[in-house]
Amino acid sequence: MAPKQKQKKKSSRGKKSPKPILAASEDMEPVNMESMGHPEIYPLVLTTKTQEIFNCRIDEDVTDEQPYKLINKVDIFEDLRNRAAVSDFHPVKKIVQEYPGNELLLVYDKDFKYGLNFYLIGTEEGKENYLNPPEVPEEQEEYKEHIPEDVYVYKPPVSKPWVSLGSEKEIEEESVMESTKQITYMISQKRSEFGAPVKFSDQNASSVKDAYIECTAYPDKNFTLKQLEKDVGMQVIPQIKDTSTQTEWTYPKNATTQYYPREFSEEEKETLKQSKPLVDFLNNASISVEIALQQNEIMNTFTDDWKYLAEEEGTFGDKTDTHLKEYQSFTDLHSPTEKMITCVSWHPTIYGLIAVSVAVRLSFEDRVYFSGKLLLQPSLILFWSFSDPIHPQLMLESPDDIFCFKFCPSDPNIIAGGCINGQIVLWDITAHADRIENIKAGDSRSKKATLKPMFLLEPESNTEALYIRHCAVSSIESGHKKVITDIHWLSDTFEINRMGSVFENRSGICCQLVTCSADCTICFWDIRPQKPLTPQTTEKKKEESIEIPFDVPSTFLHLDLSWKPLSKIRLSKGETSLDYCPTRISLNEDHLLYKTEDKTLTQSKIVKTGEMNPYHNLESGMANLLKPIDDFCTKFFVGTEDGEVIYTDWKMKKDSETGRLMPKKPVSIHTIHDGTVHTVQRSPFYNDIILTVGGWNMAIWKEGVMTGPLLQSCCAPKMYTSGHWSLTRPGVFYIGREDGYIDIWDLLEKTHEPAQSQNICITMITYIKPWIFSAKQQFIAIADYYGTLRILEIPWTLSRPSTNEMTSVNHYFEREVKHLEYVEQRKNIREQEKKEMELEMEKKKIISVFYRDVLFPIPLRQKTYQKSKEQMEAELKMDYESYLELEKTVLINLGLLKVTEKGSYMDVV
Amino acid sequence: MNKWTNTGQEPEPLPSSVPGPTATDLGEPQAEVEETLKRIQSHKGVIGTVVVNAEGIPIRTTLDNSTTVQYAGLLHQLTMKAKSTVRDIDPQNDLTFLRIRSKKHEIMVAPDKEYLLIVIQNPCE
Repeated sequence: MAPKQKQKKKSSRGKKSPKPILAASEDMEPVNMESMGHPEIYPLVLTTKTQEIFNCRIDEDVTDEQPYKLINKVDIFEDLRNRAAVSDFHPVKKIVQEYPGNELLLVYDKDFKYGLNFYLIGTEEGKENYLNPPEVPEEQEEYKEHIPEDVYVYKPPVSKPWVSLGSEKEIEEESVMESTKQITYMISQKRSEFGAPVKFSDQNASSVKDAYIECTAYPDKNFTLKQLEKDVGMQVIPQIKDTSTQTEWTYPKNATTQYYPREFSEEEKETLKQSKPLVDFLNNASISVEIALQQNEIMNTFTDDWKYLAEEEGTFGDKTDTHLKEYQSFTDLHSPTEKMITCVSWHPTIYGLIAVSVAVRLSFEDRVYFSGKLLLQPSLILFWSFSDPIHPQLMLESPDDIFCFKFCPSDPNIIAGGCINGQIVLWDITAHADRIENIKAGDSRSKKATLKPMFLLEPESNTEALYIRHCAVSSIESGHKKVITDIHWLSDTFEINRMGSVFENRSGICCQLVTCSADCTICFWDIRPQKPLTPQTTEKKKEESIEIPFDVPSTFLHLDLSWKPLSKIRLSKGETSLDYCPTRISLNEDHLLYKTEDKTLTQSKIVKTGEMNPYHNLESGMANLLKPIDDFCTKFFVGTEDGEVIYTDWKMKKDSETGRLMPKKPVSIHTIHDGTVHTVQRSPFYNDIILTVGGWNMAIWKEGVMTGPLLQSCCAPKMYTSGHWSLTRPGVFYIGREDGYIDIWDLLEKTHEPAQSQNICITMITYIKPWIFSAKQQFIAIADYYGTLRILEIPWTLSRPSTNEMTSVNHYFEREVKHLEYVEQRKNIREQEKKEMELEMEKKKIISVFYRDVLFPIPLRQKTYQKSKEQMEAELKMDYESYLELEKTVLINLGLLKVTEKGSYMDVV
Repeated sequence: MNKWTNTGQEPEPLPSSVPGPTATDLGEPQAEVEETLKRIQSHKGVIGTVVVNAEGIPIRTTLDNSTTVQYAGLLHQLTMKAKSTVRDIDPQNDLTFLRIRSKKHEIMVAPDKEYLLIVIQNPCE
């Protein structure tokens, strides 16, 4: 092959010598379209000149309709010869030379399918195929292209309108129609013959004519035809099914079932108890039960050792940290006169808010003297917040100085206070509730405030809404005459009536108050309107209501200046002397306990969320409709000005003589304290344990054990001025003293003296009020005589109870109760012993006297045991005689007397 | 254990005392039942004793009526459930004793084919 190629090359070179560059390209094989599946096609570029030569000008000779032209081989050769390498056919010269036929097919490639404007078909077959395109391969090609599309594309069937092709006529022909008319028979019978009994009887068939008809079988011509052909028509119809359902209407229906546990009757039980299997069972079971019981007695297997371990460590580690730490202090800087704090109360729901009542620090004489001046300045309850130590958040105005106040347990926006002049004041701060609530969240605000200079802040915080007027005061004439010393809300669970009988409280809110005053009375008040006597009065009131200023909420309008106590109790000492003067009271009520704080919390929330405030539409009590609760404990503790602790009943009794209501006699009166009782408080853990503090000592009482206090401290060097139980430790309470010290008692540590004392301030502590901030943080508010309110943090050891503190303190109290009982018993025993001893003594004397009488019958002595004076004389005589005898014996022994007198001595013995 | 049982409050030693009454008091089962229950009740911290039959109906109790009914009904169910659990795990096994330790009490149930003995004890006194 190689030499041949060379030859060819040589020959070509010879021909195309003038253009050696082109010769190089000549060597190349003509490019065909094998890559596109057409090895027979050779693309070409034909210049316009070539097109003219070969009569194949574009759009003239070759068009869309006839895009090809047959060109003679000879013409190409001629062109090649004439134009040599310039010829457009030069690249395909070899093809042309090797082409078997005479005519070559040149096709105009309009779309440049093969890259150039023309192409030459290099084989005869290709030419034939092009000129007479074979159908099969084309179809195949199409087929190949279409198959994959058919597989993958789903065409949903499209509904078309029905076109009649004659089938309906066929169906019509096939359908069977009734051609003959149907015969109808009607058979009737007489009505009377219906259901008539039928009688059958035997009869000879031949005897009666037409009595017997024979039906013989015969072949019927109609049915001899043999069926050869059958024309059947069929039509498919969609299956249709008719169904129906109906839903059952179930509606709620009230239904009740009552069941009772199955029980054996007494006889059955008896028989069962005597049955052998039970006895056997018990004998078997008791062994294992007793083993288990004894295991528990010996040791508690499931004690949590870790817990005890942790506790010990905790107490050990924190022992050093037992002092109260100062957290914050509040002083009213704006008040022109010196004031003292009379009462302190934490806001029951809002954290970090504390209310303080202040009073002018003056003696009674000074107060009277300055009364005109004092009238000019308002008496206030101040609301302090942790976030702002300088400005009170709210100031509640009152007609006179407040000495005690309480938040209403069911709605903390209602506050009741007791004035020095004996009036009760009610405030409703609902309108300002959001203001005090927002302080808590408004930490950023307070920060801003600190950035601002003081004088800018002052007007904003002092002018508007800070002073809140009271919305009702009690009637001056019918209320207390002197300072109100204590005020309590009655629990929302009960209410009392004029008689002091207890009823169920259906309204669910606290609406009664109890106050005690220095005018020796205890009053019960109801904030609900009394039933109007005539409709006129209500109209009158309405008229009045228009006159009131706008800033006063109308909640307690019905009470203002006309509020009278529901009932009044006077603690009389007797006919002659003065009455007892109560300073503090403590009722057996659940709401006084802090345990129920959650309940009040939720309640107040409900009140908040509900649109209607229940206090805005109070209705008079239902006490008249309900039955009184008889087994309710209506007894309560009273501490008096003179230091007595009285346990008495608020229920009245009718005096048999006059028919008037009289308070019952107190159950017990003990004069324990040597000064005014200022604290009578129930333990937050034990409902029946009461702490009383007054004068220079304190005492703990148990309700029901009224022989005396469980614990009574000895007199302290300084006077006690306030006290409060710890909220979390059952055995701890705080007592404030007049020298500014606070005594912390821990009953588990010491019961004879306070566990520790700490100096808080330089003046008298007037009020103590602890408060649980969180599980880990507790505060105690301590108010002093100079008007400063200090918030101190209670250390961990004083706030966290030890594991068994509750029970051990309870044990302590129980022990004390037993001790008291024992003391009481001992008193009796001793008395009895004393009596017995006296009797014995007397007996002895009588006997001795008797002997004397027998031995020395003196007529005078016979009466000695009847009259004491004579007895005495007799005794003296006896003593004297015994002395004489002694003297005698001594004298005899000394030999001073003669033996002759011995006889008389012997007689004496 | 024997040593310990002797130290219990019960004056007579336990193992010997159990067969004792059966031998002596055969004539009076009633008194014997009372005797056994009294002995159990005398243990330290025992709050109540209830004897219940197989259907959960109380026969003898030292508690008040409502408490008894509640204990009987609930503990009967629980015991039956515990019994079936033990038996489901191993059909040849059976429940012999059930002790429930709670924060306040320990409830002991001695089951049998026909009766249950329920004892409630306060273990940490």
